[in-house]
Amino acid sequence: MQYDVVIGLEIHAELKTKTKVFCSCKNEFGAMPNANTCPVCTGMPGALPIINKKAVELCIKAGLCFDCKISDYAVMERKNYFYPDLSKAYQISQMVYPICVGGHIDLESGKRMRLNRIHLEEDAGKLTHISKSIGSLVDYNRGGTPLIEIVTEPDFSSASEVDEFLKRVREALVFAGIADCKMEEGGMRCDVNLSLKPQGSKEFGTRTEMKNLNSFKSVTRAIEYEIKRQTEVLNSGEKVMQETRKWDDAKGKNMTMRSKEEAQDYRYFPDPDILPISITDGDVKKIKDEMPQLPAQRRAKYIEEYGLTAQDAKQLTTSKYVSDYFENCVALLNLPKKISNWILTDLLRLVKDQEEFVFPIDEKRLVQIIQMVEDKKVTKALGLELLELCQSSEKMPEELAKEHNMIANITAQQIEEILVKFISDNPKAVEDAKSDPKAMGFIIGHVMKCTQGKANGALVRQLVDKLILQK
Amino acid sequence: MEYKDLTVMQLVDGIKTKKFTSESVVKYFIEQCKEKQHLNAVIEVFDDAVEKAVEIDKKISAGEQVGKLAGVPVAIKDNILCKGKKAGCASAFMQDFVSPYTATLVKKLEDEGAIIFARTNMDEFAMGGSCENTYYGACKNAHDDSCVSGGSSGGSAVAVAAGLCPVAIGTDTGGSVRQPSSFNGVVGIKPTYGTVSRYGIVAFASSTDQAAPITKTVEENEYVLQIMSGQDVHDSTSIKNDFAVDSPKQKIKIGLCRQLKDKIDGLKNSEKFYLAVKKLKEAGCEFVEVEVPHIENSLACYYVISPAEATSNLARFDGVKYTTRSKTAKSLEEVYVESRSQGFGKEVQRRIMLGNFVLSSGYFDAYYKKAKRLQDLLKIEFATAFSSCDVIMTPTTPDVAFKIGGKLNDPVAMYLEDLFTVPASLAGIPAISVPYAKDGHLPLGMQFMGAQKSEKILYQTAKLFQDLFKGGI
Repeated sequence: MQYDVVIGLEIHAELKTKTKVFCSCKNEFGAMPNANTCPVCTGMPGALPIINKKAVELCIKAGLCFDCKISDYAVMERKNYFYPDLSKAYQISQMVYPICVGGHIDLESGKRMRLNRIHLEEDAGKLTHISKSIGSLVDYNRGGTPLIEIVTEPDFSSASEVDEFLKRVREALVFAGIADCKMEEGGMRCDVNLSLKPQGSKEFGTRTEMKNLNSFKSVTRAIEYEIKRQTEVLNSGEKVMQETRKWDDAKGKNMTMRSKEEAQDYRYFPDPDILPISITDGDVKKIKDEMPQLPAQRRAKYIEEYGLTAQDAKQLTTSKYVSDYFENCVALLNLPKKISNWILTDLLRLVKDQEEFVFPIDEKRLVQIIQMVEDKKVTKALGLELLELCQSSEKMPEELAKEHNMIANITAQQIEEILVKFISDNPKAVEDAKSDPKAMGFIIGHVMKCTQGKANGALVRQLVDKLILQK
Repeated sequence: MEYKDLTVMQLVDGIKTKKFTSESVVKYFIEQCKEKQHLNAVIEVFDDAVEKAVEIDKKISAGEQVGKLAGVPVAIKDNILCKGKKAGCASAFMQDFVSPYTATLVKKLEDEGAIIFARTNMDEFAMGGSCENTYYGACKNAHDDSCVSGGSSGGSAVAVAAGLCPVAIGTDTGGSVRQPSSFNGVVGIKPTYGTVSRYGIVAFASSTDQAAPITKTVEENEYVLQIMSGQDVHDSTSIKNDFAVDSPKQKIKIGLCRQLKDKIDGLKNSEKFYLAVKKLKEAGCEFVEVEVPHIENSLACYYVISPAEATSNLARFDGVKYTTRSKTAKSLEEVYVESRSQGFGKEVQRRIMLGNFVLSSGYFDAYYKKAKRLQDLLKIEFATAFSSCDVIMTPTTPDVAFKIGGKLNDPVAMYLEDLFTVPASLAGIPAISVPYAKDGHLPLGMQFMGAQKSEKILYQTAKLFQDLFKGGI
């Protein structure tokens, strides 16, 4: 039988706040175990949570990225369950009144993927199982760090849709400065709910939930595996069990983690230690005003308004930094296509392989170089040389060009003289040039060489055309 | 003259003016604690108390500024954290727990020079109304050691009543300060919710927990509460409470709740209650009948909400981090189940079960949600009632202290002890218990409830009342 695949996602992302969500401990990855802890995040008796305003703002921001409705009233609730990595034996999360409701992302195919909600919650600590004799150790550094959970509707029908969606989520969250989304550090996690139903059927089948998906690749592999597994179960006449399954990336398969019978009753109720959060239209507007335009919108603008190719638009929006750089340049010089070419072919080449991605020169200087080339004050080749020079100097390109005697100041007459001499010295080459464009390049190169590159390329081409090709 | 007969203010004054030293005061009360050990009111006297007293004396001799509680020994309930000191909630489970930080209220007291010198007995995790559910053995009534002290802050009330300290701090979730105060003939208040920071108090029911002073007189109570209170960055439910109304009321309007009339009339000591009404009328107070339609549902509501919150609050005591871990446990699940079964007392386990039940899926709407709605309703009803009166007067407890062991096997009878105290807890309004009469040799307290943040009127009424009944009824 043919089946329709139905997938819904629960995505967790760690928020980029300086401090944890309910105390003032540092929110950082990689510190010594339990270095960033206090009575609040270790769940000491009598300690009380104080909500981090920044975390709420970032959650609202995430909602704005995906066109969610921002609630004016939100409540933090307690999700009660026992586990040693959970210091209070309850996780402060949200249930009935999340901060963001609804929302969607439109895939490239035009298919709309709906969000159910985005809510704020705290992360748990980390357990390390040492050995039978020593036991397990717990590190509460991660305990109490802020997370958002993005819950989607069951709108996905393939691994590729999920992959595209996840990448779009990551891109937006990173772009808006909400989260770093480093999947390998656990900065972004995705649980997959998947079920099959007979093709065309309206009724959903029994779903499984898959956990422990630590990379985009494993999400795709796990979905493909689970579709195959459920298909085989159904085809053999058996029923899919409602359960949580754990993905084992090394083995390339998943296995039962806990069945429905073992599912916990989390006994959610509003946390009496935290007052309900009220969010005004003014709060939302303020956050909205601070929001950068997102990559998807920027790409649309680059393609429609600036006439860039989809490929270039994509490359220019790989990070907010690159995109902002590009837009700053365009604001200075309204030649987006030219600027895009310079950035993507010439400037990117010069970026040093270092931790933080930075262009070697600022927008103002790049734009001046482009302007000089456009005005034919320097040739493209010298423009590139100027780029290099700018890296080791604070000076403006125009000044550098003068200092290095680069300004194209060769007159047409001088070029003509060079060409006339060339024609008389190389009759053969002249004949070849008439039939072979490559030879033409050779002649232009010769002129450039004689003028140390300071001849205006277009002018040279024009004169070559006049003196040689037309003859 | 003995130090135990002086008020907190007199002690501070004496110490500041060098009439006597803090050292002598602290030593005196430590001696009292030892002498009356059989009451089981004080669990531990801290060994650095005298040292701290000497420091205060030195500061005074050097002419340095000292605070409003300079050199006064204060006892705290065993569920309040003071860094480096044990805080065990009178539980076997927590017997070795040493506080890693200091509660805000303790810091406020210490900042004013108070010497936190002892911790007092209580019902385990503040659950109970007799101070019998305790690892340290039942605390005995200051007036009759065959009777209960009341609870859960029994140790604190007895310590003050028996002269073991000038002031003790208790916590009140459903009456845990007021009821033992009534049983022991001392003054205890439950302030407006949020007045005293809960940071550093082991939580029982977060939405009604409040710490407060227990003192011999109303004046001392007001003096100490003002020091303890204040909005706290560590407790988002704390509030700024300046005790409202500056000028005292010319004529106090006292409300009697119509819905409680039958209950009060049926009490053994109702005659005394109405005698008090009469005396207050003669003293110029006006009495009006007020309506709080749902007040009778308070007890049921409280015994849904408080166990629900307690269940969650007490989940962290899991044998993993700081509570005693079961030695027989072999798996993680056994660590939880066995440690908690062995560690928690019967009453605590009962309330944990109850709380889990009312929160569990399928029952949440019928119990917890309904109780919460009722709580909101009560708040509105009280607010309406206070538009026609300044305070509402009820007995603090249905009767005087009962015999030790008398209600131990009847939890519902024990819960009924909270009948009059629970409404103010649920509504978050202030309520004070003031002694006024005796039944035989056992004291009786009167409770006054006020509108949110109306502590000032409450204290004014309580002072008037205290002075009227100084010589008994």
